[in-house]
Amino acid sequence: MTINGWLQILFFFAVILAVTKPLGVFMAHVFNRERTFLDPVLRPIERIIYRLTGVKEDREMRWTEYAVAMLLFSMVSMLVLYAQQRLQYYLPFNPQKLAGIIPHSTFNTAASFTTNTNWQSYVPEVTMSYLTQMAGLAYHNFTSAAVGIALAIAFIRGIAQRQKDTLGNFWVDMTRATLWVLLPFCLVGSLVLVAGGVTQNLRPYDTVKLVDPQTIEVDKKDANGNVVTDASGQPVKETQQVTEQVIAQGPVASQEFIKEWGTNGGGFFNTNSAHPFENPTPFTNLIEMIAIFAISAGLTYTLGRMTGSQRHGWAVFAAMAVLFFAGIAVSYWAEAKGNPLLTGVDQTTSAMQSGGNMEGKEVRFGLANSTLWATITTNASCGAVNSMHDSYTPLGGLVPLANIQLSEVIFGGVGAGMYGILIYVVLSVFIAGLMVGRTPEYLGKKVEAYDVKMAMLNVLIFPLTILVFTAYSSISPDFGTSQLNNAGPHGLSEMLYAFTSGTGNNGSAFAGISANTYWYNTTIGISMLFGRFLMIVPMLALAGSLGRKKITPPSLGTFPVTTPLFAALLVSVILIVGALTFFPVLSLGPIVEHFLMYAGHTF
Amino acid sequence: MTKEKRTISIWDPKIISRAIWDSFRKLNPITMMKNPVMFVVEVGSVITTILLIRDIVTGAPNIGFELQITLWLWFTVLFANFAEAMAEGRGKAQAETLRRARTETMARRLTSNGQIEVVPAPRLRRDDIVIVSAGEFIPGDGEVIEGIASIDESAITGESAPVIREAGGDRSAVTGGTRVLSDQIKVRITSNPGETFIDRMIALVEGAERQKTPNEIALNILLAGLTIIFLLAVVTLQPFAIYSNSPQSIFVLVSLLVCLIPTTIGALLSAIGIAGMDRLVQHNVLAMSGRAVEAAGDVNTLLLDKTGTITLGNRQAVEFIPLSGVKEQELADAAQLSSLADETPEGRSIVVLAKEKYGLRGRDLQPHEARFIAFTAQTRMSGVDYDRREIRKGAADAIEKYVDTNGGQAPREMREIVERIAKAGGTPLVVADNKRPLGVIHLKDIVKGGMKERFDQLRAMGIKTVMITGDNPLTAATIARESGVDDFLAEAKPEDKMALIRREQAEGKLVAMTGDGTNDAPALAQADVGVAMNTGTQAAKEAGNMVDLDSNPTKLIEVVEIGKQLLMTRGALTTFSIANDVAKYFAIIPAMFSVAFPAINALNIMRLATPQSAILSAVIFNALIIIALIPLALKGVKYRPMSAAALLRRNLLIYGLGGIIIPFIGIKIIDVIIVALGLA
Repeated sequence: MTINGWLQILFFFAVILAVTKPLGVFMAHVFNRERTFLDPVLRPIERIIYRLTGVKEDREMRWTEYAVAMLLFSMVSMLVLYAQQRLQYYLPFNPQKLAGIIPHSTFNTAASFTTNTNWQSYVPEVTMSYLTQMAGLAYHNFTSAAVGIALAIAFIRGIAQRQKDTLGNFWVDMTRATLWVLLPFCLVGSLVLVAGGVTQNLRPYDTVKLVDPQTIEVDKKDANGNVVTDASGQPVKETQQVTEQVIAQGPVASQEFIKEWGTNGGGFFNTNSAHPFENPTPFTNLIEMIAIFAISAGLTYTLGRMTGSQRHGWAVFAAMAVLFFAGIAVSYWAEAKGNPLLTGVDQTTSAMQSGGNMEGKEVRFGLANSTLWATITTNASCGAVNSMHDSYTPLGGLVPLANIQLSEVIFGGVGAGMYGILIYVVLSVFIAGLMVGRTPEYLGKKVEAYDVKMAMLNVLIFPLTILVFTAYSSISPDFGTSQLNNAGPHGLSEMLYAFTSGTGNNGSAFAGISANTYWYNTTIGISMLFGRFLMIVPMLALAGSLGRKKITPPSLGTFPVTTPLFAALLVSVILIVGALTFFPVLSLGPIVEHFLMYAGHTF
Repeated sequence: MTKEKRTISIWDPKIISRAIWDSFRKLNPITMMKNPVMFVVEVGSVITTILLIRDIVTGAPNIGFELQITLWLWFTVLFANFAEAMAEGRGKAQAETLRRARTETMARRLTSNGQIEVVPAPRLRRDDIVIVSAGEFIPGDGEVIEGIASIDESAITGESAPVIREAGGDRSAVTGGTRVLSDQIKVRITSNPGETFIDRMIALVEGAERQKTPNEIALNILLAGLTIIFLLAVVTLQPFAIYSNSPQSIFVLVSLLVCLIPTTIGALLSAIGIAGMDRLVQHNVLAMSGRAVEAAGDVNTLLLDKTGTITLGNRQAVEFIPLSGVKEQELADAAQLSSLADETPEGRSIVVLAKEKYGLRGRDLQPHEARFIAFTAQTRMSGVDYDRREIRKGAADAIEKYVDTNGGQAPREMREIVERIAKAGGTPLVVADNKRPLGVIHLKDIVKGGMKERFDQLRAMGIKTVMITGDNPLTAATIARESGVDDFLAEAKPEDKMALIRREQAEGKLVAMTGDGTNDAPALAQADVGVAMNTGTQAAKEAGNMVDLDSNPTKLIEVVEIGKQLLMTRGALTTFSIANDVAKYFAIIPAMFSVAFPAINALNIMRLATPQSAILSAVIFNALIIIALIPLALKGVKYRPMSAAALLRRNLLIYGLGGIIIPFIGIKIIDVIIVALGLA
């Protein structure tokens, strides 16, 4: 670790801290339908949209109607994306003439983008046409993010309002989230990225001559394309001279910014933000990282503002910040320490090199910015990557995994992080609130049996989906473990990471696993849908229930949700629930791998 | 007070022996199912028992370890049952003393034609009229409709001093099983057999029909949810273990599961609830439902009647203020004379003041042919005529009128003094001798000792106190200031009280109040916690959700504390239980996998001797902690009045941080012991 590295990390955090209030105030205005500086432009557009769609702006919905509207909207969008992928060969903007996609992969991708996961089991540049990328995937990048923000706002309203049945209008919240919170910022952000060197075109792919031709060894194939084997059944190898390279192109920047701003994470290219056309410089890297955290950080301020307890908003922010720093500290430390088994390789940090474990990391980002990105992208349910998590040291790789397993509440996905952490707030208030000798209450709302039931239903989804699918895969040699690149604890981590990322709607890949198979596409697809919608429904039910309650005015006897102690309590509850659920499996994955690495084993 | 009678020692051998027997009886899976956490432990114990038998038959190795695990799992279930049985046992012991009060008595029932027939008490129905004379037991709950009697209510209140019950007014209710000491009363029975006060009380303390309170249900859901999460974590661990080439025995997996699920709170939860109700009964308060006890912990506003709660029942003379030209001694003398026959507490306080401050002893006026004038609502004066002296004392305007009609004139100075006293919140009584005003007696409400401190404590707890009084606002304000109460409602009529409660509730606050009269009944019913005085009318008792057998309005404060203590105990043990899991993971996980991956022993930070000793120690700790915490569950976490923030800090430190650290120490000690004993 270097001082320079830490300064960059602190600088990043300082920027997030600085944008939290303005963005939070802005979002509070937008969703309270108060004036903002964008109204002259956007208000007329909004009115036209409502007139065209027949949405009655002032009609509020109960939680059930809100949930049904959200589910229907998501289902229809998912079906459209499914159809679009299957039919892309016949659709325009396909200069590479890419074929329609196979069903299980299509299902996986449709689920992935609808749930704001953006897990990619395919290689985008050789699979998705420009139209699919722009009109299919990018559309979901906006709408899935807007759905998340709308839901968070609905939850906050439930906490803030007194004795009211309705939580707002889903269509209005969606529209306003898209028009005010997503589009204008993406317009500016994309242009900034273009200025920073990110590609934006609709050209066919370039083929260029390599400056330095390479010789590679490949399986020898016969005239029919079958692999030739020798007497012992081993494939016969032959050498091949590579002189040319195909360079993928595309409308990258427009998709890049929303990828981070909406915590989507689905890369235009397979290597995601490690690709120089997606993320060419440390400057674009910083912009993209800020974009990942901005809305989620801002929503903590919106929470404080809308509930009339600004300090509560900051307490939630503080809890998130503590967990964020814990993650980056461990990850940066582990990677900077390097790999003890790499003897004869200089891993020391110097002016000329980053040092530490640089495997799978871009030299233009170095250790600090790679581990920082890995931490925030898994904190925030984004899933974009600028380094390969599979190549991290065991503990360095444990951080992204654990971040997602803590339910994506460390800032979290746009909106999803907010309503996710609020579930934990309700649980913390319930568990510890009893200790002040009152029926637990959260900002004046009594937490009762129904609320606890809904919160627990929400919390159950994670262990249920992640543990059961991973367990099943781990003892299924035919379709589970056969797709692993690595054996032993590392292989377990790869499977665990895949289902964790899917259920957490993160979408980042540990890689090292061939996920584009029938089994993984289907089960990870299901994980993503469970992790999104099965968690949202009880969450909305809880919001509806809270919204109907009266508010007890605060007194000295009220459980304080504004203090550092509360933030510490919230952190402990998140850590303890997460750790108690996942410690056993983690101990057989990255933890034992760490000890084994120091005992001289590698996988 | 003879309160000790109700306090039963936790370690009463009779209760313990019955509780041990009950803990086995409660193993019945149908009853166990009501407690999901402990039901899972029982199912786990059954599974390991079956496997143990199989292993004994097949002669598998490790029988010693398997036997110990199985035994300790059963102990865990039994300890939980024991805790509940202990709590119930204390209630049962109390119920027995109550039952003795319900001895079969014969009742003299008045038939419709005026005849008296003797029937056994259980045959009495609602609206029957009975006659009870001195020395007889009152056959059932009822209302005195004729007569007045002194009654020994010690059977239900534990208070040995007799109380007065009379027809009409707010002290007409009598309870079955109490004994008439003097006189004869006619009683209208108000409850059918089996529904009487004592019956209800017995049912309550026995916990027979105890229903789970709302908060308990919510907590149970949380615990059930956590249990499912741990079930998933443990069940899926086996595939991961198989993948890692180190499959685990069922004994180890069941042990891990039992250690992780919140058995500590699961085992003690119902005991905490029963003990809470029990604590109320020890304070001679009877809650009609557990819900009311929980609500007491949440109270934001306390309505307290001034008289009897904040101030001593009556005003007392504190000063004699003579008019100019009158000696203090002379005024004191006249005041004393006028009050010698005055049996009201105010009158007596004047005599006392005259004696203490001016050395005037009581005098025998018999030889003087004294004629005492009693207070009437018309004259609003009292006094004495003797030796041609006419001494009167009374309200200022009454004396003024009396002086006027007799040709005298009340001096301005008198009015000034009267006004000054009234402004200070006191009550002025003017004394006149032969129509000549001598001076003024200052009567004052005396605030009970320690009230200010109690209100300060309540304020620290975030509870607002409102004094209810019929006094004028001026007097009320003075007493409010003196007693330190937060707010007051002066010249309060019953409907004002009701309006105040509604207003507070509309703001989302919970209100508690006490009351005894029939006109309090609507407000008692409206309040979230309504404590009716046992001396009160039947209507008041039915409207409230608690009855205070001692009829002590200050008790409300204790009731609030008991409610808080109940919730706190639950929260503390839940936090403790969950925090315990951290250490158990560090004991069991390395033990499970250290054979396949010796490197993982780095997680064995307690340095437990062997994998078997580690697992066994965790299971034993998990069982023993239940026993260790039974006294805490039954007595409740100590409640100190302080702000929620301070309480939270304190309890999180003790039960949260303590809950993380203690098992590390406990498991290590058990490990050392079982290794020394050669058990593992």
